Amino acid sequence: MVITIDGRECTFTPGSTVYEVARDNGIAIPVLCHHEQLKPVGACRVCVVEVQGARSLVTSCAMPAENGMVVNTKSERVLKARRLSVELLLTQGHHNCLVCEQSGDCVLQSLAYELGIDAPRFSEPEGFRPVEQGNEMIVRDMNKCILCGLCVRACNEIQVNQVLDFSGRGPTADVGPAFHLAYEDSTCVFCGECVRLCPVGALYEKQGRFKSRAGEARKVRTTCEYCGVGCQMELNVKDGRVVKVTTPRWNAPAPNRGSLCIKGRFGFDFLDHPDRITKPLIRIDGELKEASWDEAIAYVADRLSSIRDTFGPDAIAGLSSARCTNEENYLFQKFMRAVIGTNNVDHCARL
Amino acid sequence: MAGLAIAFGSGAMTNSIADLEESKCILVTGSNTTENHPVISTFIKRAVTQRGAKLILADPRRIDLARFATVWLRQKPGTDIAWINGLMNVIVTENLHDQAFIDERTENFDALKEVLKKYTPDYVERVTGIPAEDLKKAARLYATSGASAIVYAMGITQHINGTDNVKSLANLAMLTGNIGRPGTGVNPFRGQNNVQGACDVGCLPGTLPAYKKVTEDAERKPFEDAWGVKLLNKPGLTIPKIMDAAAQGALKALYVMGENPLMSDPDIDHVREALKNLDLLVVQDIFMNETAQYAHVILPSTAWAEKEGTFTNTERRVQRVRKAIEGPGEVRDDWHIITDIASRMGAAWSYRSAAEVFEEIARVTPSYAGITYDRIEWEGIQWPCPTPEHPGTPILHAHAFTRGKGLFSPCEHVDAAELPDKEYPFILTTGRILYQYHTATMSRRSKALVSRSPGAFVEINPGDAGRLGIADGDRVRVTSRRGSIEVSAQVSERCDEGVVFIPFHYSEAAVNRLTIRAVDPVANIPEFKVCAVRIDKAA
Repeated sequence: MVITIDGRECTFTPGSTVYEVARDNGIAIPVLCHHEQLKPVGACRVCVVEVQGARSLVTSCAMPAENGMVVNTKSERVLKARRLSVELLLTQGHHNCLVCEQSGDCVLQSLAYELGIDAPRFSEPEGFRPVEQGNEMIVRDMNKCILCGLCVRACNEIQVNQVLDFSGRGPTADVGPAFHLAYEDSTCVFCGECVRLCPVGALYEKQGRFKSRAGEARKVRTTCEYCGVGCQMELNVKDGRVVKVTTPRWNAPAPNRGSLCIKGRFGFDFLDHPDRITKPLIRIDGELKEASWDEAIAYVADRLSSIRDTFGPDAIAGLSSARCTNEENYLFQKFMRAVIGTNNVDHCARL
Repeated sequence: MAGLAIAFGSGAMTNSIADLEESKCILVTGSNTTENHPVISTFIKRAVTQRGAKLILADPRRIDLARFATVWLRQKPGTDIAWINGLMNVIVTENLHDQAFIDERTENFDALKEVLKKYTPDYVERVTGIPAEDLKKAARLYATSGASAIVYAMGITQHINGTDNVKSLANLAMLTGNIGRPGTGVNPFRGQNNVQGACDVGCLPGTLPAYKKVTEDAERKPFEDAWGVKLLNKPGLTIPKIMDAAAQGALKALYVMGENPLMSDPDIDHVREALKNLDLLVVQDIFMNETAQYAHVILPSTAWAEKEGTFTNTERRVQRVRKAIEGPGEVRDDWHIITDIASRMGAAWSYRSAAEVFEEIARVTPSYAGITYDRIEWEGIQWPCPTPEHPGTPILHAHAFTRGKGLFSPCEHVDAAELPDKEYPFILTTGRILYQYHTATMSRRSKALVSRSPGAFVEINPGDAGRLGIADGDRVRVTSRRGSIEVSAQVSERCDEGVVFIPFHYSEAAVNRLTIRAVDPVANIPEFKVCAVRIDKAA
């Protein structure tokens, strides 16, 4: 099966869309409302291409590739249509990039730049909608929403939480929880999948607000510290602090393919809580007193040795941790078995 | 885990998380998946809503998954063996079992068949409260879908007969040949980020890394050679027995790394007595948790974002943990602290990094032998992974069980250790909620999470609440034979009449003051899911 895209012959497996064949052959077609984990809807029309013999331009994200098809992704007709679509999106709301969290990582901003849209021909709507920030997790700025529907589909097709949907028509069209409730008053469970897929600055993490612009934070890939699913996530680090947790919008790895829950996405702020213990403590006369590491290590080692020598190794037990790493757990049981000499080592696997 | 090890020879999820989306029928029991393993629940919900899979839910509470269930079996807490045997009774009676699979891959089927006779749908209805017709419907769905998966969590294991519960689920899978193929299997969801890994690398009193038994000379020997010491050949004490030994004075010292038994264990007043009785309690943690109040020494360690290493997830996938930031003050990595103590006690340990420790794990742990940090740089590998070329194992028991033939273990229903009576008329069941985590040392120090779940509560049915004159939000006192706590009432249909639920995250209303110390004799898991309580409106 062969199709020709921008003059290049590309082979494909049946069932692929024109967008997918192009992508797999290194030909970039911009997409906005499309996502690899969602069913194509062809709503934003940013991905339109010209297919020889077709009556009108087609959305490449939804068009199945057919043998012998000849496609042009960059013709004047395509660019004109694409530019018009983006201009219309830009006039949907107020796209002020100055203090936008998404600036630099915004699909709409990139498209406007790539297509050279310096001044949209259409005027912005009148009036501003208040920025919704009544909860600790997600800020919702509907002035920046372009109604691409990715949040709605993320909520229903990926997380299947069934909280978000479209409402209204034409100029009153809207997305959000039922009855226009705020997220925190709805059945939302704050998984943040909508934030992950939002291509513009309409949905973002409250904790990270004004903490780092796109590209400023170092993203450190790690495994979530909460339940046993082992979700892969990126810690966004700036100035030695984790400012937010993100997951890749595209090509996210197993096992979670970009999904998280409220704990993983928003529950990291215990890291710099003032309750963190920062120095070893030894109890002297009933009071815990700060000690040096040398003193603390010596105290523990000497007390354990003396108890082992007096009462035998089985008078000592160790509780290892389902929260610690494999490396730490391995060493802990090796310590109990090979150094103390007891098999009294367990952890809370049963609890 | 013990139950699966007996049936199949290996105690871990047989299949993978992503595999659930391939399933035609998913039986979820004892797992409030949307709250406790939220991301796994998305795979289940997608299978149902987008691929037409059938969902059988067996749970005493009307959890969120009930909205997606084709059949919801609402068993009375503590009657799992009865309904699982009931499903198998229907399957055998209607000749829906997979005789070829049974003949080829399993043993002891006749003994199972004998026990199943008693568990007719009518009998099961009397024991469990599940309508006979629903049981039959569920049995037919599970047996005939072509690819049925079983998933479960602590709702199955935290009973005095938890091991038998698990063996019964294994029986059900083997009876219908639903194991070793995509979309099938028996899959326990592990509750904590690295509970699978902690077990894999030997943090259990009877097993060394890779579940090698301390009692078997041939299995122990390689570790004696690798570590250069003679090792004890008798299993050690499990947590409940450690606490008993401490309370009795036989145990003198306890070294606790990253655990909080004074919140997580049953009957914590007993645990407190045990801890107070110790000559030496060493607590190594990131926070001053409840247990640390009784410590003689506290060693501050790094949190997960501050260190390198690996976690092994519930589907046996070994994944990297990476250091993103420096820890506060003088905190040190746990491996570093242990190495220092060991060295001071005369061991010639010289580990300089987590990576070095992982290389040793791979050397002594056959199931991890082919895994390196480089290989899991982008995506983790599922053990067993015996060689550097091996791609890992998404599905266990594809051609043979780890133990050879799968073993049917007939199990009989037994009552929970403590049933409700006149004085304590409610069944209390405990667990976690979406917005908090385990003993909450981390999650209650997160502004975001606390905003969604400020305090402890008891879920109570409107019928019961009405009879007791309790309205939603009222303060109530919940009392068992062991202790008493005050919480606010959440009146909802989630619990059936006669059953109440309290999460265990809140230290000021620690539900483990109420729970019972009765344990499963094989796995030593406490019966957190059933004990008897009384409820009174708080004064």
